[in-house]
Amino acid sequence: MSAINDPRVVEFDVRTDEMLVNMGPQHPSTHGVLRLVLRTDGEVVSMAEPHIGYLHRCAEKIGENVSPRQWVPYTDRMDYLAGMNMNLGWAMTVEKLLGLELSQKARHLRVLIVELNRIASHLVGMGTYGLDLGSFSPFLYAFREREKILDLFEEVCGARLTYSYITPGGVTGDLPGGWLQRCAQFLDELTPVIDEYHALLTSNAIFIKRTAGVGVLPAKLAVGYGCTGPVLRGSGVDHDLRRDGERIYTDLYAGYKFEIVVEKNGRYPQDHVYPPVPGETVLGDCWHRFYVRMLEVVQSMDIVRQAMEKYSTAAGDCGTPLKLNHKLPAGETYLETEAPKGQMGFYLVSDGSAIPWRARARSSCFSNLSVTSEICRGCLLADVPAVVGSLDIVLGEIDR
Amino acid sequence: MADFFAHSLSLPSPLAYLLAAVVHSALILSLVAVAALFFIWLERKVSGRIQDRLGPTRVGGKFGWLQTLADGIKLITKEDLAPRDADQILFRVAPYISFAASYTAFLALPFANGWVAFDTNVAVFFILAVLGLEVFGVILAGYASGSKWSLFGAMREAAQVVSYEVPMGICVVVPVLLAGTMNLTTIANMQAGWFTNWLIFHDPFTFAVFWVYFACALASVNRAPFDLAEAESELVAGFLTEYSGLRWSYFFMAEYGSMLLVSGLATILFFGGWNGPIPLFHMLGWTYESGAGWSLLGFVANLGGCINFIVKAVCGVTFMIWVRWTLPRLRIDQVMTMCLKYCVPLGAICFVGVLLWQVMGLPSPNDWLTLRQGPAGVRETWLVQPAGLAEERSLPAPSAAASDREAPRPSPEAVRFAVDALGQGVAR
Repeated sequence: MSAINDPRVVEFDVRTDEMLVNMGPQHPSTHGVLRLVLRTDGEVVSMAEPHIGYLHRCAEKIGENVSPRQWVPYTDRMDYLAGMNMNLGWAMTVEKLLGLELSQKARHLRVLIVELNRIASHLVGMGTYGLDLGSFSPFLYAFREREKILDLFEEVCGARLTYSYITPGGVTGDLPGGWLQRCAQFLDELTPVIDEYHALLTSNAIFIKRTAGVGVLPAKLAVGYGCTGPVLRGSGVDHDLRRDGERIYTDLYAGYKFEIVVEKNGRYPQDHVYPPVPGETVLGDCWHRFYVRMLEVVQSMDIVRQAMEKYSTAAGDCGTPLKLNHKLPAGETYLETEAPKGQMGFYLVSDGSAIPWRARARSSCFSNLSVTSEICRGCLLADVPAVVGSLDIVLGEIDR
Repeated sequence: MADFFAHSLSLPSPLAYLLAAVVHSALILSLVAVAALFFIWLERKVSGRIQDRLGPTRVGGKFGWLQTLADGIKLITKEDLAPRDADQILFRVAPYISFAASYTAFLALPFANGWVAFDTNVAVFFILAVLGLEVFGVILAGYASGSKWSLFGAMREAAQVVSYEVPMGICVVVPVLLAGTMNLTTIANMQAGWFTNWLIFHDPFTFAVFWVYFACALASVNRAPFDLAEAESELVAGFLTEYSGLRWSYFFMAEYGSMLLVSGLATILFFGGWNGPIPLFHMLGWTYESGAGWSLLGFVANLGGCINFIVKAVCGVTFMIWVRWTLPRLRIDQVMTMCLKYCVPLGAICFVGVLLWQVMGLPSPNDWLTLRQGPAGVRETWLVQPAGLAEERSLPAPSAAASDREAPRPSPEAVRFAVDALGQGVAR
C-alpha cells in the first residue's frame, strides 16, 4: 500500500515506458467535461494535470450586460446541482450592495430551501462517488431520494433543476399550501435511507479499501490551495461560513442549532448513529471527505426541520424581487456563502446604473480541483476517479 | 451418439462422427447463445429490481423478455467498425477467440447423467484450461484496438486472470480429491442422494473452499468486484472501448457463457450436479443410468436432473449478478493482494484440511443422516465406485461408523454392512 503509493519505489523496481493518457473530456467518471492529462507508468500515475474550460459559457461577461435579477438564471447554471445555493449567493451579494433587509419569514424560507438543496447536492455527490468506485446501485438510490427533493422544488418554483427561485429582494413566490407537511414527510422518509447508504458505501469493506488513505490532503495543503467546503472539513479544518462567514450571511443562520461537521480529537459530532471511523483511514483522505458529506446531509436535515418550524411562526412576507431597472448604488461588494461544494463567492461592481459594471463568481470547485495534481501524484490509475470524485466537482461552476 | 448414427443411418464411421460433432456443437452453441440472451435479460431485470426500478418492460410482453433479442438485432445491424489505428486482423479475430474459448469449455460440461458432448476423464482440467484461453481474446482485443484504455484493460485482464488460475485450480482440486476422479459425470453421480451428500456439506473445509472458488470464479470471468478489465469508471470500457456491434456482442456472449460455465462447474463440484436436494427419482425407482438402453422413465429422470442442474447454475449466475450490483470495484493491487495473500493460502489450507479430514476419517453430515434413517441407499452412491476405481482408492469415503472404532479402515462393503445392520436394528 505505502510502497505502491511511492512512485520512486515503483520506478526503481520496474521501469516501463511512460504513457500520456487523456482522461476526458469524454470519460464516464470525470463528472462532466473535465480533462485530466495523466502521465502513467504502468498503472501508476506520475502526473495528473486537470485541464478545464470545456463548459465555458461566458456567464460573467453576460453578467455585465444584464441586470442582477436577470443574471439569476445564469447562476443556476453554475453549480447546477445546487441552483438554490447559487441563487442565494448572488441574491445576497446584491442585497449587501443595496443594504436590503429581509423579513424573518424570508430569511427562514431561504435557509429551508438552501439546506434542502444542500441535501440534494450531497446525495448526488455520494451517488456519483459510488459510481466512480464501480458501485452502480447507490447512485440510483441517491437519485431516488433526490427526485423527491426536486418534486418539492418543482412545487415551489416550477423548475426541477434551474430554479431562479431566490432572487435579489426575496423569492419569486411563497411556499404552496401543504408544502411543509410534504417536506416533513420527505425528511422522515430520508432518515432510514441514510443508514442504507452507510451500509452500502461508508462501512463497506471494499469501499473503505478503495478510499482509506487514498488522495490524502493535509490540512495545510488544503488551506494553501484555497480548498473549501467538505474538502476542507474532510482535512480536519474547522471552517464553515455558516458560522464563520460575514455578518450578513451568518445572520441568516442566527438562532439555528448546528455543529460544524469536522473531526475533532478523532471523532465527529455524534447526533446520529453513524458507522465508526475505520482505523485505516487518514484524516484528509477520500473516505473522510465522503463521510463529511454524509454527515452534512443529516445535519442539513436537522436545520431544515428547525427552519420549517421557524418559518411557520415567523412574521412578514417573503420579499418581492427587485425590478429590472432597479438602480444599484455605485461601489463594489463581495460576499461568500457556504454552498454544498464549498465557498461560493460573488463579486459585484456597480457604476450606479441598473446593470453591474462587473459581475464575477469565485468558484469553490475550481480551488478544490486544483489540488488534483498534488494529491494524485503517485497514485494508481483507479485512484484518479476516486480522488476526483471525492472532491465532488461540478464543471459548470468551474468553467461558468 | 456417433455409434447411434453409424448404426441407425448406416453411415461410414467418419461421417457418423462428423454428424455427431455437428449435432453436439449445434446443441451447445444454441445453449450458450440462449443462455447469454437469458442472462443479459436476467441481469437487467435483477439489477432493475435491486435498484428500485423495473428493468425492461416493453419488448416481448410484460416482462421484456425479448429485450436482449431486440438488442441483438440492433447490434447486428450496426456498422462493423474498426478504428484506423487498430491492427485490423487481430481486432477482428479477438472476439471470436474469446467466444470460442468460452464455448469450447462447454464441451466437457455434463448437463445430466451422460448428457455431455465430450465425456472425458480430465473434464475438470479441460474446462479450466480452455476457459483460461479466453484471456487471449481479451489481450488481443486490447492490444489490437490501438487505444490506450484498451491496452490498460488488456494488461489488467492478463495479470488478473493468470493470477486467479492458481487459487481456482487449488479450489477445484478439493472436490477432485474427494471424488478421486476428474470426470465430472462421476463426481456428480457420487453426490446422489440427499443434499447432505453434496460435497459442499462434506466438511467445513469444502464449505470454505466453495467460497474461495466462487471469488476466484468471479475474478476469472471478470465480474464485479473484479471487473477491472472493463472498469467503466476508470478505463472507459477497457478492452471493449473500441468495439461495437456484433463483435462487441461476441465478447458479451463470451462473458455470460463463462459465467454459466463456472456456475455449472461449481454446481457439479460442490452442489451435487443434477442431483436434487431430495433423491426424488431415486425414491421413485427411476433410473438415471445412461448406456443401459433408452427408457422413458430414465429419460424423464435425466430431464429432471438437467433442469435441476440448470436451476442451480442459474442460481449461481444470479448470485454473481447480485454481487455485481452491490459491491464497489477493487483496485488492481488489491485484486492481486486478494489473490496471492488470501485466496491461495485459504485454498491451500482447505486443501490440506480436506486431506486431513479424509485421512482421519472424520464424519460428514451425510453419515449421521444415514445412520439415523437407516440404509436409505443414499450412502451406497458413495461406496459404489466405477468398476476398477474402488480397488485403487485407498481412502474410502469417510464414515461415522468407521471413525468411531476401528483403527484399521474397513472396506466399503464392511461399512455398508455395518450401516445396514445398524439401520435394521433401529427399525426393529
